[in-house]
Amino acid sequence: MILAVAEQRDGKLNRATWETIAGAQQAGGEVAVAVIGSGVDALTAELAAAEATAVVVADHAVLAQYTADGYVQALQQIIAAEAPSHVFFPHTYQTRDFAPALAARLNRPLITDVIAIKKQGDAVVLVRPVFQGKLNADVTIGGPAPHLATFQIGAYRADAARKGSAAAPVKAAALTLDAGSIRQKPEAPFKEARQAVDLSQAERIVAAGRGIKGQEHLKIVEQLAQALGAEVAASRPICDAGWLPMDRQIGSSGQTVAPKLYLALGISGAIQHLVGMKGSRTIVAINKDPDAPIFEIADYGIVADLFEVVPALLAELNK
Amino acid sequence: MKTAVCIKQVVTREWPLRVNDGKTWIRDADATFELNEPDAYALEEALRLKEKHGGEVVVCSAGPARAAQVLREALARGADRAVHVESDALATADAAAVAEALAAALRDEKVDLVLTGLQSDDQGLGQTGVILAEKLGMPHATIIMEVQASESGLRVKRELEGGWFQWIALPLPALLTIQSGINQLRYATLKGIMAAKKKEIRKVTPAAPAEPPQRIAALYVPEKGKKTQIISGSPADAARELIVRLRDEARVL
Repeated sequence: MILAVAEQRDGKLNRATWETIAGAQQAGGEVAVAVIGSGVDALTAELAAAEATAVVVADHAVLAQYTADGYVQALQQIIAAEAPSHVFFPHTYQTRDFAPALAARLNRPLITDVIAIKKQGDAVVLVRPVFQGKLNADVTIGGPAPHLATFQIGAYRADAARKGSAAAPVKAAALTLDAGSIRQKPEAPFKEARQAVDLSQAERIVAAGRGIKGQEHLKIVEQLAQALGAEVAASRPICDAGWLPMDRQIGSSGQTVAPKLYLALGISGAIQHLVGMKGSRTIVAINKDPDAPIFEIADYGIVADLFEVVPALLAELNK
Repeated sequence: MKTAVCIKQVVTREWPLRVNDGKTWIRDADATFELNEPDAYALEEALRLKEKHGGEVVVCSAGPARAAQVLREALARGADRAVHVESDALATADAAAVAEALAAALRDEKVDLVLTGLQSDDQGLGQTGVILAEKLGMPHATIIMEVQASESGLRVKRELEGGWFQWIALPLPALLTIQSGINQLRYATLKGIMAAKKKEIRKVTPAAPAEPPQRIAALYVPEKGKKTQIISGSPADAARELIVRLRDEARVL
């Protein structure tokens, strides 16, 4: 049985949960869903719509707010009781915070950032990006169950998750949890000052990556954006360096966008960036490196020095 | 406060990757290597905490002999001494094996705080820090954007997704994985490079690792999901052609 672990905050399900359920269903065999929290009846009912053998509910006051220690203890107990062959998670920041600790405590392997499952005979092969997405690795797992895996956002479609003909049975997990053993003391989540720029509404975006090399070169990016009627954005390293404000960042830790035109300048296309823009209608990539992963999702590509192509584009647009 | 920073040596970003004959790793015999960038932010944060609160910064890396390069680099930036868990097998090992090697070397150091970057630029498993915390019996928090330290413990700002953040209090000793961009990196000065030559790199030989449960069966260039039209020619020709395609074919201008 594959156990798919749901993710929720304040009683709201993270969308990636349904992607993980879809992945578990497509892997074949029985699927159960686990949900962790306090007072999660409504969520349990929502998840029971899935085609699953059970929804296992870990409902406990200690689990009201997410903590790594609380989640590791709860899941350790659920796994001991349910004995799944695999445990699947969405590859979110929250999963990244506790799943490696859970795997270490169980002394079982965790394969992170999986983008596909392949069957080779009886063996299950998990595919994950490595080297910044420039290569993929087929990973095989041996040793005793359970085997743990996290699924990259978008690896499976949430709407591909099959619904059951009747609600799945709900099963309360028997938990022994002690508030005193939770070492992390969380405060309430908060949003940083409202984002000044909402890039999700932009029709066209010109985004710069490491290939821009220096803050002084952003001028040509801005000129190109202006000529195209586009907003300026960037990949994470540009914002980390302070060359553009953080609210111009596209990717898993920034904004998710889907404009009509996304023009990527000197962006290699690490998976963390791609998840934030791959829904764009037309993607143009200009990059010196013909092997840059951005070309895998681009509609149009120019393999050349952006410092030669951008001035040529400006000259053409200003004709 | 005594802080250990775990750093990794990875192949440079510009290095053209080619898969080896066994398809299990890249050909890196003549590659150039550098400090894993996310770890550079962890090192910088440790140096800043030392400037504020005093103490010592110990850098630790698990890898082959060549990994001494990034330890020297860290010493030149201001770390006080280094621990090198030296083994060729660690260059391609999974997170559990690397964490075990680091834990064995750090147990006797009795540090108050361990910092790591949030993931490596090579395998990108994003697990080593959290597994290390578990092996050292420390509480942890990940993807940290601000660190407030006091005698009684830590208060750290964790980045959640979609612009959300959360403060978390932790007792010491603790382990944090640091989010890239938390600070502005410093680079080694000539004086730092000279001083680094006199600093200690303690070598540790790890126990033979257990057979890992997972392995890379094949490494390959991903298939393209989309048919990319590559526009060639001189910059002027390519620019003209691209504008035409965007206007007439994609109709996005």
